[in-house]
Amino acid sequence: MPGDTGTGLLGGVAAEPGVPKPDPILTVDGMRKSFGGILAVDVHHLAVQRGIITALIGPNGAGKTTFFNLLTGFDDEDKGTTTFNGDNIDGKSPHALARRGMVRTFQLTKSLTKLSVIDNMKLGARGQRGESLWRSLLAPLWNDQERQIEEQADDLLARFKLDHMRQEYAGTLSGGQRKLLEMARALMSRPDLIMLDEPMAGVNPALTQSLLEHVKDLRDHGISVVFVEHDMDVVRDISDWVVVMAEGAVIAEGPHDSITANASVIDAYLGTHHDAPLDFDTKLGGS
Amino acid sequence: MGEVDWGFIVEQTFIQALGLNAAVYAIAAIGLNMHFGYAGLLNFGQAGFVAMGAYGMGIAVNQWGLPVWVAVLMGMLFAVVFALLLGIPTLRLRADYLAIVTIAAAEIVRLVARSTSLRDITRGAEGLNEFIGPFREFNPFDPSATYGIGFVQYRGNAFFAIIIGWTLAALFVLITWLLIRSPWGRVVKAIREDENAARALGKNAYRFKMQALIIGGVMGGFAGMVDAVGKATVQPDFFQASLTFFFWLVLILGGVGRVWAPIVGSMMYWGLITFVQNTGRQLVDNGVIQTTIMDVNQIDQIRYWVVGGALALLMVYRPQGIFGSREEMALDAR
Amino acid sequence: MPGRARIVMLFITSILFLVIPIAGALAQESESVTTTITVADETGERVPLEGVSITVTDSAGAEVGTGTTDATGVFMLPVPGAGTYTMLLDEATLPEGVVVANPERNPATVIVEVGQTRATIFALSSGEDDGRGPAGVTVRQVSQLTVEGIKFGLFIAMAAIGLSLIFGTTGLVNFAHGELIGWGMLMAYFFNFYGLAGVFGWMAGWPAPFGDGVNVIFAALLATILGGALGWLLDAAIFSKLRARGVGLISQMVVTIGLSLVLRYVFLFAFGGSPRFYQQYTAQTAIQIGIVDITPKDLVLSVLSALILVGVGLFLVLTRWGKAMRAVSDNRDLAESSGIDVQRVIRLVWVMGAALAALGGTFDALAEQVRWDLGFRILLLVFAGVVLGGLGTAFGALVGSLIVGVGIQLSTIWLPTELKNVGALVVLILVLIVRPQGLLGRKERVG
Repeated sequence: MPGDTGTGLLGGVAAEPGVPKPDPILTVDGMRKSFGGILAVDVHHLAVQRGIITALIGPNGAGKTTFFNLLTGFDDEDKGTTTFNGDNIDGKSPHALARRGMVRTFQLTKSLTKLSVIDNMKLGARGQRGESLWRSLLAPLWNDQERQIEEQADDLLARFKLDHMRQEYAGTLSGGQRKLLEMARALMSRPDLIMLDEPMAGVNPALTQSLLEHVKDLRDHGISVVFVEHDMDVVRDISDWVVVMAEGAVIAEGPHDSITANASVIDAYLGTHHDAPLDFDTKLGGS
Repeated sequence: MGEVDWGFIVEQTFIQALGLNAAVYAIAAIGLNMHFGYAGLLNFGQAGFVAMGAYGMGIAVNQWGLPVWVAVLMGMLFAVVFALLLGIPTLRLRADYLAIVTIAAAEIVRLVARSTSLRDITRGAEGLNEFIGPFREFNPFDPSATYGIGFVQYRGNAFFAIIIGWTLAALFVLITWLLIRSPWGRVVKAIREDENAARALGKNAYRFKMQALIIGGVMGGFAGMVDAVGKATVQPDFFQASLTFFFWLVLILGGVGRVWAPIVGSMMYWGLITFVQNTGRQLVDNGVIQTTIMDVNQIDQIRYWVVGGALALLMVYRPQGIFGSREEMALDAR
Repeated sequence: MPGRARIVMLFITSILFLVIPIAGALAQESESVTTTITVADETGERVPLEGVSITVTDSAGAEVGTGTTDATGVFMLPVPGAGTYTMLLDEATLPEGVVVANPERNPATVIVEVGQTRATIFALSSGEDDGRGPAGVTVRQVSQLTVEGIKFGLFIAMAAIGLSLIFGTTGLVNFAHGELIGWGMLMAYFFNFYGLAGVFGWMAGWPAPFGDGVNVIFAALLATILGGALGWLLDAAIFSKLRARGVGLISQMVVTIGLSLVLRYVFLFAFGGSPRFYQQYTAQTAIQIGIVDITPKDLVLSVLSALILVGVGLFLVLTRWGKAMRAVSDNRDLAESSGIDVQRVIRLVWVMGAALAALGGTFDALAEQVRWDLGFRILLLVFAGVVLGGLGTAFGALVGSLIVGVGIQLSTIWLPTELKNVGALVVLILVLIVRPQGLLGRKERVG
């Protein structure tokens, strides 16, 4: 069954919003963010369990994107405390977070079209000596590290079946290939947590299955995954835990089956109260 | 066509294309290539960096009596400080803001340098004129002799500056090349295209942009220093906004993002402008062009028309310049 | 390909057709030297000195000529060609108690380049405290400076609105806006002196505005119309085409820079390097209103500008087109999907913005002098006003410009007058550090 290995870690955890987790990699407390008078995010408590795939869902306007940007450092919260791997990361910039092991991808893929595929990949590696201004002038100082990085890159490219496009400009890749490239590139830094922003957006159905396998693969390699999605099929397929947001707050948490029967979740998506649980096999609430 | 002395015109064309001005513009454009070609920074104040280098060096010798090597370091220091002053407020903002701020800042430099209140330091509108002595002591060439190849000849003092200029240009091209092919260069190119992508991968975009700004700015400073040594004067009105636009034309003409393109662009620019202006002058002199339309003095203004028109036309029809490649282009024209 | 090339050729030939006859009409300047003699009075105001005698000598020691400063303190003398000259100020012609501050600099050496009007500065002191510094500030002085600042700010505002709206609706930073200002000012000058006969010589016998110069007020009106026309031409022939081709904003911005260079030096070519004055309303005596002195023309211009700006404001708020402009400037995609013809709105923005800029330039030149590069000198201040108020909002441009205008006038309390523009530019930079979206602008979000 999908999500078996993951759900096992959360066997004893109740399906309540804001419930603590046995081994959280990311925790959020009292996070609030307003835009021009409107409270966009108001999360009392959220803990993301390490080593599983967590889905973040909710109807349009629920504040998922804002929350996502706040977590990944691309926006500043008005209030709140966030910890990552036990360390406080309030107000840290995206690059600082990436250095600590939290990487994110973007809904509108950001493959660097004017760089080659292999350069895109090499860019992702952490701690490169050659990136220091003075050392970069003397190639011998960073050449061997560069070769190691290149090996790692080639391995990943092979895994993602992009190795044949190695020398091409990323601009020549198809949309789906760019998605794969962005994911592969994010892995170059050996992150602990990878945050995927609508990974299936704009991806043709043929590629979706392949992407899903790669995401599950990440978890199997010990990387924690958080992803924002609209496509409920995808959510059901790969998520070990689902967090539902509506109107800026977390209204439900739990394994997939528990939230599809959750009345407040149904209300949030449909806006009215229904007596019977809805069949969530149909796509709901999104692009 | 009347009696047009083509020999003279061709001679002048080559003399200018290989001379001091071409070297100075090339160095400044190499710096601009680092700014815009590689880092995507819209620096419209390169004239300000050039001024900083020239004044820093000139003041160090003129007013403070420092030895030549220290003076050169002062010129570099002035340029670095200028880069910091510009970069700290603007590098976190959108590219357009840097464009506006750099133009404004370069104008500030010019206005302050020419002001009467700082007369003691900058000598106001007249500029610095007495610093050349210590530099000339290093000149191995005889000031009264001429040096060069064939008909391209320069007097000893000018030749000295020209040699220094082209040597620096070649050196800076080498440095640019080394930087760009390194991981540092890879990050800078990534930032140019999409800063957020680079940040998401752990790169401190602000720091890299600041480094690029400083490097290109120091190169601009050296352009100013070479110019000062070559002309033996530093005058504030030389560093006006149009100078920056000339550098931009040189850069775009050669090809944005190609290491040695600024050198080629500069030689081509100076050759072309000299040719056009000399031909124009002679045509006016021997009456082919009526003085009611244009007199000799106004021929020089053609330069600006050519530069402005060329900038506009290049951007529309051939933004990659002569040697650039469309795929790698920093400019987002299609 | 042919279509685009044709447009470009048409543009270039029309400019040349207009310019060359104009250049013939206007006296062509060669080289000259100039200086403006002013001294600070007890309130710190710079007062021009009339009747100061200056002698110009060439590098061989031969005298080129002698002259005296006019009512605005300006002395100008043509010189035979490029080269080095000295200018000697005859201290005996200075008023009682006024001396040259640095005697080593009298005579002053100037190097004149080909085609240049070389200015030099004689720093004078009145032997007492020149009134600068907060200790010497009076309420009267502050009020005077504020009034002048408002006047100048209003002129800047007229140009700033167009610049801000062009940015708001198209995302383009228009560096050629200074030349739209200059175009208006020069066209007003042209019609003020020559009427249409300047271009179409066969009209020479006709009554004004065809055969002869017109009153500067009428000339300003014509200049505004022509300003709008140039704005229309620029968008129709160039920028709308570039947008349609998908040319990026940075490239378009460089096109505006190229355009500004060409236009500005065409102005220099046609008009010459020395400043001039319109035919009417040049020298006036100030009248006193409350504790401030103001010349009638400055008063009229300020009131007119304010009225025009109010009119523009009402237009933007009340009319359909005005609302459309603000909508497109605010959120282009949303406006388009609401059925607004965005391209027509942009065209109108260019026309209106250019017309206002032309008028602003004419007013400023009326208040001071007509110069070939006035547009560029003002441009940076316009940018300061626009950024301060918020790039993309018309009302922001208005507010920002007023603040800049008043600010730089007040800054002369502490700064030397020649550096007052520097204050505006420093403000520009500071605003960007503290509040980059300006006073009335909106903060940008990450994708």
